[in-house]
Amino acid sequence: MSTATATETTTFASALNTAMSDAMEADDSVVVFGEDVGTLGGVFRITDGLTKRFGENRCFDTPLAESGIAGTAVGMAINGMRPVIEMQFDAFAYPALEQVFSHIAKMANRTRGRVRLPIVIRIPYGGGVGGVEHHCDSSEAYYAHTAGLKVFTPATVADAYLMLREAIDTEDPVVFFEPKKLYWSKAGEDLSALRQQYESSADTAEADSPRVGPTGNAKVVREGTDVSIISYGPSVSTVLKAAEAAAEDGISAEVLDLRSVVPFDEEALVTTVEKTGRAVVVAEAQGFVSVASEITARIQERCFHSLASPVLRVTGFDIPYPAPKLEEHHLPDVERILDTLDELQWED
Amino acid sequence: MDDPITSPEQGHQKAEQASRILETSRTFGISPEQYMLPAQQQIRMLDPDGSLVPEDQQGTGPGHEYPIPEDDVLLKAYTTLVAGRRINDQNYALVRQGRMAVYPSSHGQEACQVGAALCLGEGDWMFPTYRDSVAVISRGVDPLDVMVSFRGDWHCGYDPKVYRVGAMSTPLTTQLLHAVGVAHAAKLRGEDTVVLAMCGDGATSEGDFHEALNFAAVFEVPVVFFVQNNGYAISVPLSNQSAAPSLAHKAIGYGLAGEQVDGNDMVAVLATLRRAVHLARENSMPLLLEAVTYRMQAHTNADDETRYRDREEVEQWKRKDPLLRMQKFLTAKGLLDEAAETQIAAAAEEVAASLRQAMSAEPEEDPLEIFDHVYTEPTAQLSAQRAQLADELDRAHGEAWAGTEEGTR
Ligand SMILES: Cc1ncc(C[n+]2csc(CCOP(=O)(O)OP(=O)(O)O)c2C)c(N)n1
Ligand SMILES: [Mg+2]
Repeated sequence: MSTATATETTTFASALNTAMSDAMEADDSVVVFGEDVGTLGGVFRITDGLTKRFGENRCFDTPLAESGIAGTAVGMAINGMRPVIEMQFDAFAYPALEQVFSHIAKMANRTRGRVRLPIVIRIPYGGGVGGVEHHCDSSEAYYAHTAGLKVFTPATVADAYLMLREAIDTEDPVVFFEPKKLYWSKAGEDLSALRQQYESSADTAEADSPRVGPTGNAKVVREGTDVSIISYGPSVSTVLKAAEAAAEDGISAEVLDLRSVVPFDEEALVTTVEKTGRAVVVAEAQGFVSVASEITARIQERCFHSLASPVLRVTGFDIPYPAPKLEEHHLPDVERILDTLDELQWED
Repeated sequence: MDDPITSPEQGHQKAEQASRILETSRTFGISPEQYMLPAQQQIRMLDPDGSLVPEDQQGTGPGHEYPIPEDDVLLKAYTTLVAGRRINDQNYALVRQGRMAVYPSSHGQEACQVGAALCLGEGDWMFPTYRDSVAVISRGVDPLDVMVSFRGDWHCGYDPKVYRVGAMSTPLTTQLLHAVGVAHAAKLRGEDTVVLAMCGDGATSEGDFHEALNFAAVFEVPVVFFVQNNGYAISVPLSNQSAAPSLAHKAIGYGLAGEQVDGNDMVAVLATLRRAVHLARENSMPLLLEAVTYRMQAHTNADDETRYRDREEVEQWKRKDPLLRMQKFLTAKGLLDEAAETQIAAAAEEVAASLRQAMSAEPEEDPLEIFDHVYTEPTAQLSAQRAQLADELDRAHGEAWAGTEEGTR
């Protein structure tokens, strides 16, 4: 895994912040609004400096009402803007669900494509940061289950920049899940290089394109031969640590970072599982009726004859998030992933 | 009269509460509008220097009459205020020492906190927010139990039914509807329960706030909505939340009476809350009270207040401190002397000491309890997951995990 070097100074948070300011610079119709996003720069400072730089018409605080934020974003998008709205925390996005499910997700369809809503709903999500109740939910399945919404979740500093830029440029509404435990993670990324990479990558068909595009474009982030571990967002870094540890036990794990839940890159999934013949799916969210369930089902449908073992999942338990004293017992960790790898019917 | 309230058109029958409002306003000899609209000025009984405001300047008047509470009630309020301040400051220190995860302090808002607790009878209910720990403690809940969720435990600590205090609510204003439901249930059973529903200024922008006011008015249930307007919702000032003349003005649109009170004036807060509770009980009607106060500390320890307000503003509010005002008033009134002060301070210190002590000990928590209350009986899947964690713990601890059978505290 990444050992910190002097060049690893770009944070996940600053990559998101730069993605927004670059998008605002590139397109006047991009507006950012939500709770505390203006003067304060957001409770996580992800919108820091945007009001100062672009003025209060481009980045502003709203009254404290998530349904209002999402609902007015619909109107703004109908009238030519590209709203990037912030939900302060995962669980505080719930008052907006009516607008998100009934309008944002469905508008294009019910207008036969005449009204598209290029809205980005940014949601800090997930646990592992010692947050109290209502501040640690993994709510991606609710949105992924709703047709009409794209669901992105970056796991690296580079993807934080590249995928947020793409989300803002996407004509469909995108729910953009930011793993809050990664906000202060760092990498040796040069933001201007990322900017260049993004701006020259419009052709999603290219093999090394970073764009999620219409396919999902999942990435193999560690090559291996014995088992595929499929993951996304906050769990990817945990999975990489587990893969490292597994290597010491002689298990070569390939790690697939899904990056986008919707669109869902089924081909990348099939390719890795057919290669290794074993699969484990890892996610923080409760396992029951989850994104992990869907991935598992697809592997079974597409790769049954390549499998040497049942597909297993490592997820949060099916309980309300036990914040924060007991969260360590709930979240998938390296130990639990290694335990699960052990169960994959290895015939030594 | 063609006042639409007094002579509704056929087919547009005003609901019964309109005539209730009418009845009530008549008893005061004023119009329904005069009754529902807040008084011309904030209700205030104590000057910032603690002297009694002359009666004709208190903002009171017909339909807006607020008798000063009895001496023993005032003294009790002061005692509770001192304890409340001490609790706030103790918790602030505990957070700084890393012994508590988070604490949204009500420092500066203690008059509201104390008033909220003292205006209610034993059979009444309170629905507090995350900022209302002192109100909950003042109502009689053990301070240690109130603090468990801020310490980082996964549950609310106390039994809401025992104390008739809802679990402190963080999703803003969701609890206001619960308050209306509790009052509605009580009404259906013929009980005269009053419910105090609490929220902040920023929270009044949430849809649930408006739904709660409307439901309460339509169903004529005795809920007192108590808004502590402390000027900010994290960084966002009130001017970003509402363009209304006051938050108390929100009441009339839903058909209930609204009033605005100086939230740093213990006497006025208590007087207005007590009367609101009394009217709600007597007439089975909701009311809205807006207390104008100030959050003296950052939103929580995680917040950096220097980003959105200057020190001067905070200093100005220091001069309106609710404790000092009340202390001066009671001393001048002859209700408080040095001996009494010493006693009151000692009692407050005792609470603080017990909090300190309890928070320095790491409580035994059984991780397996996280499975025990999700359903009345665990599902098969949960039982399997519980067994999995128990096995992990056994292996990690090298022995059978104590407490696998009995998960409850
Ligand atoms: C539905 C919802 N949205 C957002 C939040 C995050 N949040 C917690 S407190 C707060 C500000 C509330 O301000 P106010 O109602 O004035 O109460 P105060 O904190 O000042 O007591 C916000 C935005 C939340 N708890 N619930
Ligand atoms: Mg406030």
